[in-house]
Amino acid sequence: MPGYFARLTPRYRRSWALVAAYLAFLVLISLIDFGGNTAGQTLFRGLMLSMLIFLVASGLSLIFGLLDVLNFAQGAFVLVGAYIGYATYQSVELSSTYSFLAAVGAAVVSVGLLGAVIETGLIRPLYARPVFQIVLTFGLGAILLDLVQRIYGPQPKQPLAPPELFRGTFYLFGQSLSIYRLFIIGLGLVIMVAVGLLLNRTRLGIIIRAGVQDAEMVQALGINVRRVFTFVFVLGAVLAGLAGIVLVPYQGATLDLGNQFLILAIVVVVIGGMGSYEGTAVASFIVGLTRAVAEQMSLKHFDAPVLAETSILILMIVVLLVQPSGLFGREES
Amino acid sequence: MTGPAAAPNHGAGAPPLLDVEQIHTFIGEFHILQGVSVQVPRGSITVLLGRNGAGKTTTLRSIMGLNPPRAGQIRFAGQSIHRLRPHQIAQRGIGYVPEKRIIFRDLTVGQNLQIAERQKGDLARKADLIFGLFPDLHRLYDLPGGHLSGGQQQMLAIARALVPDNALLLIDEPSEGLAPVLIEQMMDAIRRLSAHTTVLLVEQNFQVASRLAEHYVIIEEGATVRAGRMADLVSDKQLIKTYLGVA
Repeated sequence: MPGYFARLTPRYRRSWALVAAYLAFLVLISLIDFGGNTAGQTLFRGLMLSMLIFLVASGLSLIFGLLDVLNFAQGAFVLVGAYIGYATYQSVELSSTYSFLAAVGAAVVSVGLLGAVIETGLIRPLYARPVFQIVLTFGLGAILLDLVQRIYGPQPKQPLAPPELFRGTFYLFGQSLSIYRLFIIGLGLVIMVAVGLLLNRTRLGIIIRAGVQDAEMVQALGINVRRVFTFVFVLGAVLAGLAGIVLVPYQGATLDLGNQFLILAIVVVVIGGMGSYEGTAVASFIVGLTRAVAEQMSLKHFDAPVLAETSILILMIVVLLVQPSGLFGREES
Repeated sequence: MTGPAAAPNHGAGAPPLLDVEQIHTFIGEFHILQGVSVQVPRGSITVLLGRNGAGKTTTLRSIMGLNPPRAGQIRFAGQSIHRLRPHQIAQRGIGYVPEKRIIFRDLTVGQNLQIAERQKGDLARKADLIFGLFPDLHRLYDLPGGHLSGGQQQMLAIARALVPDNALLLIDEPSEGLAPVLIEQMMDAIRRLSAHTTVLLVEQNFQVASRLAEHYVIIEEGATVRAGRMADLVSDKQLIKTYLGVA
């Protein structure tokens, strides 16, 4: 790590310092305003939310970085993952742990296949037309939402019980915390590290990172970049689908799930810096924790979560004013 | 060679390694190349000359398939390549060093080289050649590409094209933006690497090009207007003045 920081540009070092100071501020203000017990619960919930947002935003960021496509259908992948996972979890007659595993499998496989069909069949012909891609993915998001509503109905699906393995609570510093939320945090961290290792330690990852910088040059080196595009698009879809299914035992499945997470993911990608994986990971923590703290604060002071939505948008505006390319995005040369 | 339609073969009867025949390339609605012909003899350095905007860079990009021609033929080692995609053209054995020396700034020097491997072990096999030509790259191996100076980035861009077994290198403006001492080093490196591979070069600096290349092709307004041996061009001051604006 010291070597990592030594190689950073002053701007990146400043970004890290700002992030550390801001996260410390959030912890401090939670402790002061909520007291130890509620602060712990709020920050724990914020961490869980951070990981869910990360699953959606990392795919959005990678797809944007490599393909130059701002994929407005990413939220719909969360939705499809949640509903397919919900249906599978409810219908498979195995132990709850195996049913949940089957639901995860069904969600990620079906959303992955959906992503592959969309990328190869619809987005690929429009690589040279970015405006059309925006319209296309926006339209796809609306179509998928409509399809889900027709198949599963408009009524919200209530949360299902978490699998046996992750039920109950555990105690940390005298506070009772949900094991299932810990599972989501752990899953998010494992995927964060795994995708990080993929990008930094494998040839495929090096090709993806190179492609984010200049996909045309990667082709000129003899690499079939279209296959890499498909892989990244499918990976992004799979991670969003995974976020959808793991949400089911926590908050059920509702039709506004996709848009909720799409907005959060876009904010994360903008704050972190378009196309920067590192920035997306860091910004996920910032947005998730900010939202949780703002929600708790507004519940306490206004008896309604009025600050929750606006807080992250204000945060995004402030970051863009201070650093227009985001915390870890590359400045235009 | 006296006309645009038929660039001659300078390879003493041997078929050229690269034969570009009357290509027409459009970028958007602009008809950029309007009949470019280039023949590159095997084992030589050939330079594309011409004023700014003549179509030299577009010619290299057309050969690589990055701006594919709408009409005309491109044959490499006797096989037609103009309908292939860029990665397929590269896999046939053509390396490309673009004008803006595009290196991957976030990847280390080592990763910039590794990514060019077409077969596992390419870099290890070529290490002596690459680090012999560009010793600085060995020292800078673990540094991100974005930390290199302009000259070092140019070296890295050329070294990257040397990693796989390329029979032809397309090098666009290697001296652009470099200090005179670095231009000399770069030219020396290109001269030495030409012992291993054929080179088609775009070079705006006629003094540099004339010392380096054995053959030339002049492009004007998107079409080939002259081609021949560099020695003949150097002795024809009127031709140089007419097409290159150099006294």
